[in-house]
Amino acid sequence: MSTGTDTKTSTGTSTGKGRGGASRGRLVSVAANAALIAYFVFALFPVAWMVILSIKPADQLFNTYFSFSPTLETYRTVLGAGGDEGVPFVRFFVNSLVVSLGAVALSLAIGLPAAYAAARWRFRGSENLMFTLLSFRFAPELTVIIPLFVLYQQLGLFDTYVGMIWVLQLVTLPLIVWIMRSYFSDLSPELEQAALLDGYTRRQAFVRIALPLVKPGIAAVSLLAFIFAWNNFVFPLILTSSEAQTVTVGALSFLGGDRPKYNLTAAAALVSVVPPLLLALTIQRYLVRGLSFGAVKS
Amino acid sequence: MAALTETEAAAEAAPAPGRPDAPRRVPRWRRSLRPYLLIVPALLLTGGILYPFGLGLYYTIFDFSATKPQPDMVGLENYLTIVKQDAFWRSALVTVMYAVGATAVETVLGVGVALLLNRGTRLGRTLEKVLILPLMIAPVIAAIMWKLMLQPSVGVINYLLRPFGLGGVQWTDTPTGALLSSIMVDVWVYTPFVAILALAGLRSLPRSPFEAAAVDGAGRWFTFRRLTLPMLWPYVLVAVIFRFMDSLKVFDIIYALTEGGPGDSTVVLQIRAYLEAIRFQRYSFGISYMIILWAVVYLASMVLVRYLARAQRRAAEVSQ
Repeated sequence: MSTGTDTKTSTGTSTGKGRGGASRGRLVSVAANAALIAYFVFALFPVAWMVILSIKPADQLFNTYFSFSPTLETYRTVLGAGGDEGVPFVRFFVNSLVVSLGAVALSLAIGLPAAYAAARWRFRGSENLMFTLLSFRFAPELTVIIPLFVLYQQLGLFDTYVGMIWVLQLVTLPLIVWIMRSYFSDLSPELEQAALLDGYTRRQAFVRIALPLVKPGIAAVSLLAFIFAWNNFVFPLILTSSEAQTVTVGALSFLGGDRPKYNLTAAAALVSVVPPLLLALTIQRYLVRGLSFGAVKS
Repeated sequence: MAALTETEAAAEAAPAPGRPDAPRRVPRWRRSLRPYLLIVPALLLTGGILYPFGLGLYYTIFDFSATKPQPDMVGLENYLTIVKQDAFWRSALVTVMYAVGATAVETVLGVGVALLLNRGTRLGRTLEKVLILPLMIAPVIAAIMWKLMLQPSVGVINYLLRPFGLGGVQWTDTPTGALLSSIMVDVWVYTPFVAILALAGLRSLPRSPFEAAAVDGAGRWFTFRRLTLPMLWPYVLVAVIFRFMDSLKVFDIIYALTEGGPGDSTVVLQIRAYLEAIRFQRYSFGISYMIILWAVVYLASMVLVRYLARAQRRAAEVSQ
């Protein structure tokens, strides 16, 4: 499955044009392009195949591979009655929207001030708090989920939006606090100092000077947090059953039963990846910092 | 940021003259409290997450389960039982094989793709736009996609392999095949993660060492081994650490692709904890599994982060 990447093809500088013997340079170029194309076929084919599966009529699912008469019936079923089992997929979709947006909003409200404080002041416990937050990122989710599963049953938070939004903070809050701290740290404090000398209060300096300057960062990290919340599977799997169930769990419901419905599953999978993919396209430039928790800045 | 606090103090002690809205003086004790006030909500929420974690830790010294809602204290018995189980060691081995396999392939493939994209060809620039696509798809959805494609009799992969006489591969129906298939899905999702970080590294490398090497007539391979790789290594290492730690706690991909099967050949530690706590409702036992995994992840992260700091220092020396 792995493509043989040619180690001889890079010099590490972006100006690495093939010098030396023209024919050898040509050969290297062809090999490099072939290797790239091989990898991207591997990377893109599954998505293309899902598109094909999702527009196949049910009776042509398994007897033909690439020749069939396309139909949108599958999408009508998934977004409508939900097949024989009556899977309420649209509802799962709305649930995903609500809990992801809710989780990001809550994380922003409490994460932005915390990130600012952590960037601008050294105070007792600030580093410990930051690393505790970071450790959430690497903690096995079930360590927290199993006690929550018991706790939520007692508190009536099982299968509710509130319960989901709360637990998704594990995903969204560390990301937002860490990345925003690195953005605030990159801001020169002089602008805020000047504002203070002009008689601004601390709060005004934060709201009117610092926040507008990191707006692009806030937008990017919010979208990334939304994507991670949306793509989460293990929390809704264990902490919801029907009311607050999300698309990631819902997509599995067409595979259940005695006859798994490949075309419905493919359509459900595609519908559920639309929001994260659309958002991802808009934040390409900010991804490096976000994905590495600020460890790598592009 | 002591400087800022001093400015603040100065500004508040001597309000700018002639301003109609000269600020109120803020007493010193309130100024020193400020960072804490800003951080209180985050602290509360952190507490809200740490509480269930602490509760979980507390549960592990009991034998709490659905059939035993009034549990007895059993001390460390849960942990001792687990460590004596063959099933635990099998799970641990599968988890490590998965994590090492996935991380290794993703690193080699991701760095390779980054190097190829960094050549700046038109093809590369076009393909780079869709590099992140698999990474933004939920791992569980990716596993569902591959499950449909790997189905032995009607899946498209075996259909495409048929001309090569390989139409009957039992992808997820053998223990080895199931493990390799789940690693392949992991590789499909996360290779772009490594590639993106490696690409950012390549694009931030200093120019001068390479120019010096070119003047000295150094060969490509020498330049790559002695310059590119050491300076790129800290970037790659960040990716490796993230991938290794994350794949130790893999859940989604295995759950959707193999459900731990065939038999229990792909029951990694998080799946094992899920089965124990949620399927069999042995809460204490399931959490004990997770506390062990958490401790391992924690120790692994300490070691890896130390190593990262060393690598960053070495890379700084090379680029001098």
